[in-house]
Amino acid sequence: MTQSASIPILKLKEFLIVSIQTDLHDRMAEQLQYSILHRISETGAKGVLIDISALEMVDSFIGRTLADTAKMASTLDADIIIVGMQPAVAITLVELGLSLGDVKTAISLDEGYGLLEEMRAEESRNDDEEEKVGDAEVESETESEDGK
Amino acid sequence: MSKVQIKEESDIVKARSVAKEMARDLGFGLVDQTRISTAVSELARNIFAYAGEGEVYIETDWDHRKGIRITFTDQGPGIEDIDLALQDGFSTAGSMGKGLPGAKRLMDRLNIQTKPGEGTRIIIEKWLDK
Repeated sequence: MTQSASIPILKLKEFLIVSIQTDLHDRMAEQLQYSILHRISETGAKGVLIDISALEMVDSFIGRTLADTAKMASTLDADIIIVGMQPAVAITLVELGLSLGDVKTAISLDEGYGLLEEMRAEESRNDDEEEKVGDAEVESETESEDGK
Repeated sequence: MSKVQIKEESDIVKARSVAKEMARDLGFGLVDQTRISTAVSELARNIFAYAGEGEVYIETDWDHRKGIRITFTDQGPGIEDIDLALQDGFSTAGSMGKGLPGAKRLMDRLNIQTKPGEGTRIIIEKWLDK
């Protein structure tokens, strides 16, 4: 085995950014999954952007690994967004019969970053509301008045 | 023509890269190149997962057809029930069961010859002159 070039995982504020620039073989995909989860728990990152614009194909193994990684990350309270999938790859994935499940995707890093920020804002709003409702011991879905 | 031995995991990557390159040189568009390399990846992985080792043979000229034909040969356990193996979601290796049915959808032809206990030969084709 040669090509063990590691894939850098960069931290930007509360997010991580991963850009896959090499053709992934299976073990590399698994290693990457582990590294991403490890970095999430290490840094407390709230979101991960995975740029796959350089990937020329996504087969069932890579697809499943990406989908699994997203599921695992969400149990660590981090959202994963797959960025920049090539159109030919998207067509092939569907024909292959693979769905990436609930994995969120974005066309560009910019858009992916915006999406992550929105999702985090949404989640912290929900958290705030839950706390308030909890404090007041009221079970209703009325909107909280303050905080806006 | 080109031959890739499948002995370790990185050979799967090699097989799909060679197939894609040959498909491109032959004049296939990007989407077809991607379909072909993805099908090769699935079937080469099946060799690695089920038989441990085998061979991928890629050719671009046969029977006066213009296109690409890829033959996957192994001396592994063979396929017990081909119809079942071609169903989405069926797998005996704990994988997703997308390999064979997926490869069939991505290509113009898929042919399986197998004998339990002796091995498997799978031929896939994509034609330029449909």
